[in-house]
Amino acid sequence: MSALRRWAIALGVLLLGRKKRQPRFADRPRIVPPGDADPRAEWLVLVLLLFAAAAAVGFIVVYSFNHLAHQTQYLGLALGLAFACVAAALILVAKRLVVTEELEEDYPLPHPTTQEELEQLVEESGDRLTRKRLLLTGAGAAAGAIGAALVVPALSLGPLLDTGGFYETPWRRGVRLVDEHGKLLLLDEIEDGTFYTAYAQRADKELLGSPLVVVRFEPSQLHLPPKRRDWAPGGVVAYSKICTHAGCAVALFRKPTFPVVEPGPALICPCHYSTFDPTRGAKVIFGPAGRPLPQLPLAVDSSGVLRAAGNFSGPVGPSWSGVRSKAPRNAS
Amino acid sequence: MIRAVVRYLDERSGTAPFLKKALRYVFPDHWSFLLGEVALYTFVILVGTGIYLTLFFEPSTATTYYTGHYLPLRGHEMSVAYRSAVDLSFKVRAGLLMRQTHHWAADVFVASIVLHMLRIFFTGAFRKPRDLTYYLGLTMLIVALLEGYLGYSLVDDLLSGMGLAIGYSVLMSIPFVGGNLALLLWGAPFPGKPDFESRMYVAHVFLLPILIATLLGLHLFLVAARHHTQFRESRRTTEKKVIGIPTFPGQAPRSLGLFFAVAAVLFLLGGLIQINPIWLWGPYHVAQGTNGAQPDWYLGWLIGALRLVPSFDVTIGHYTLVPNPFWGGALFPLLVFLILYLSPWLERRLTGEYGFRHLLDRPRDAPWRTALGAALFTWVFVVFLAGASDRVFVSFGVSYVGQIWVYRVLVVILPVVALFATRRLCLALQESERLGRIRKQAEAEARGEMPQPE
Repeated sequence: MSALRRWAIALGVLLLGRKKRQPRFADRPRIVPPGDADPRAEWLVLVLLLFAAAAAVGFIVVYSFNHLAHQTQYLGLALGLAFACVAAALILVAKRLVVTEELEEDYPLPHPTTQEELEQLVEESGDRLTRKRLLLTGAGAAAGAIGAALVVPALSLGPLLDTGGFYETPWRRGVRLVDEHGKLLLLDEIEDGTFYTAYAQRADKELLGSPLVVVRFEPSQLHLPPKRRDWAPGGVVAYSKICTHAGCAVALFRKPTFPVVEPGPALICPCHYSTFDPTRGAKVIFGPAGRPLPQLPLAVDSSGVLRAAGNFSGPVGPSWSGVRSKAPRNAS
Repeated sequence: MIRAVVRYLDERSGTAPFLKKALRYVFPDHWSFLLGEVALYTFVILVGTGIYLTLFFEPSTATTYYTGHYLPLRGHEMSVAYRSAVDLSFKVRAGLLMRQTHHWAADVFVASIVLHMLRIFFTGAFRKPRDLTYYLGLTMLIVALLEGYLGYSLVDDLLSGMGLAIGYSVLMSIPFVGGNLALLLWGAPFPGKPDFESRMYVAHVFLLPILIATLLGLHLFLVAARHHTQFRESRRTTEKKVIGIPTFPGQAPRSLGLFFAVAAVLFLLGGLIQINPIWLWGPYHVAQGTNGAQPDWYLGWLIGALRLVPSFDVTIGHYTLVPNPFWGGALFPLLVFLILYLSPWLERRLTGEYGFRHLLDRPRDAPWRTALGAALFTWVFVVFLAGASDRVFVSFGVSYVGQIWVYRVLVVILPVVALFATRRLCLALQESERLGRIRKQAEAEARGEMPQPE
């Protein structure tokens, strides 16, 4: 028993006993100026560090318990508090426990003599060369050609010059329209004033040329350009769903409920709010898009299924230099 | 113990004199000098949390179906990349904490770089001999913007895809070569070849972080090599001598404390405040879009610029020369960064000051620089606000079209107003200081004291 007590006292003295300062460098002038002790600040730092340790242990505990492990809030709180306590302790150390000195130092100056020596060194090293310019030309040729040779493999990244792919779509005369589950779109099932997304049957849905917006209007409401008069059977119009401005999906449809006070119907892209008038060939009526949405001519077959009657009126998707130069073509 | 370590190091590296110099390196003290340190420490957290995320994220666009515990997504077709991001949020312990902390840290990283840059700009700290340091910092800002954009694009949720479509379109819109460049990067017309995901991934987790780290190293080396700038606080602070506290023991606990404070804030944000809940957006498909899509804050100025440009493509006959997104998405940021890069040179040319400048100006001390800077930042800020006009419409019902027209006018007028108003303000502040000095002197003389030289 007494042995245990002695051990406990020894441990207490070891942990809590304060070390006497030994002036080891007393014979030399101090580098860091002296300051007074601040036992209260020391205690506070100790408490903060223990808090930090406790919070970190809390993190491990939360992490380890199965039903707590996904409580992101507790995890963040525990780790954040641990760091916050360490931060507070360190700032206390900075403000109260170490000396705040004010030092001075000269701003560094340039070295004009060494600069000249460097220049001299380089110039003298080339003394023996008599055809400097010729050699430099040779070095330039080698460096340029090797540089080009090292860059050229980057062309494997993509078909740099073959921009034909931009004009390709899966549409041509006769391709059926399907919804996202592959179900055929029937003319009779298209309701007035509702917004449908359609794709080319059996084509990759993730191609820019594939998705369409399909909307139905009263034929009298449509004011399509004269060439497109028979592109909208039963008042159903179809446009590319990909905005001609920045390639987002034109996912918003504005359907006026009170035509007298509200603006007309519109297809709107939620990225930069390019606004297209579906009754007028998707003409841009507001926002940044520079081209109308390409229109797909539609036809209805004998079983009432909507089919393409050709390809789009213009290239699909965001514009590039020369976008208007060619018409879209079928990919297959 | 200390002696043994020091001896070990010095005998093997000979760095004792260097270490002594480094420990007594002088830091002038001002709160605004810490903004750069905040950026540095945020970068450390980004690297740490980022490495953790790479251990679980799978950068692949291969198609898969979600079968996890989150019911709204069950059975949905999605990419492996998106599924692994959802899984690391829901299934991996502490995964969501790390992902959200990483995302918050990215936002704070760019914010602290921008604030640091504003401090540098408005105090004239970019003057010789620190212009090179400033160019490196600006370059880091550009890389950080790209890095952040790639980071949230990798996940392949709906917002990622919309952001990438916009990036693709802006690249496409560069006159003559845009289409070719887009094909080169994406490998095929949008959404591109599956390789594109790997390309983004290697850029986001390897190329760009290493580039930032390298630039950061050079930046810090140059800062230390030329010493810090300082404000003119007393008669002792001159162009010749830097005054402040030493690295050790003064600055080290302060700076380390700041590191832990930054870490604390980021992990508290990551744990307590939801950011980018990718499971709500769903996977990306080219035919889908969501209304009110907002990117991370640091891209707000670009989305604003894209939205403000009126509808036109520049065409010659049937040839399209400049597609619309070029103006807002490419030319605008290029112009802003060009002005920022040219500022030190322009200032030298316009003021004829070619000497070394170690003392900082207060903004009022250089009215023209402050005014021009205010005009530039007002310009960018108005465009930034325009990027939020759809949220203003949703929240307050203010007409979107009306707002855009107002911003189209403000974007021209406000910078000019800011220019002249700021210059007047600077001059007025100078004048009031001068009057204050005269009054103090007069009062002192009236009391019969000797006039005190400042």
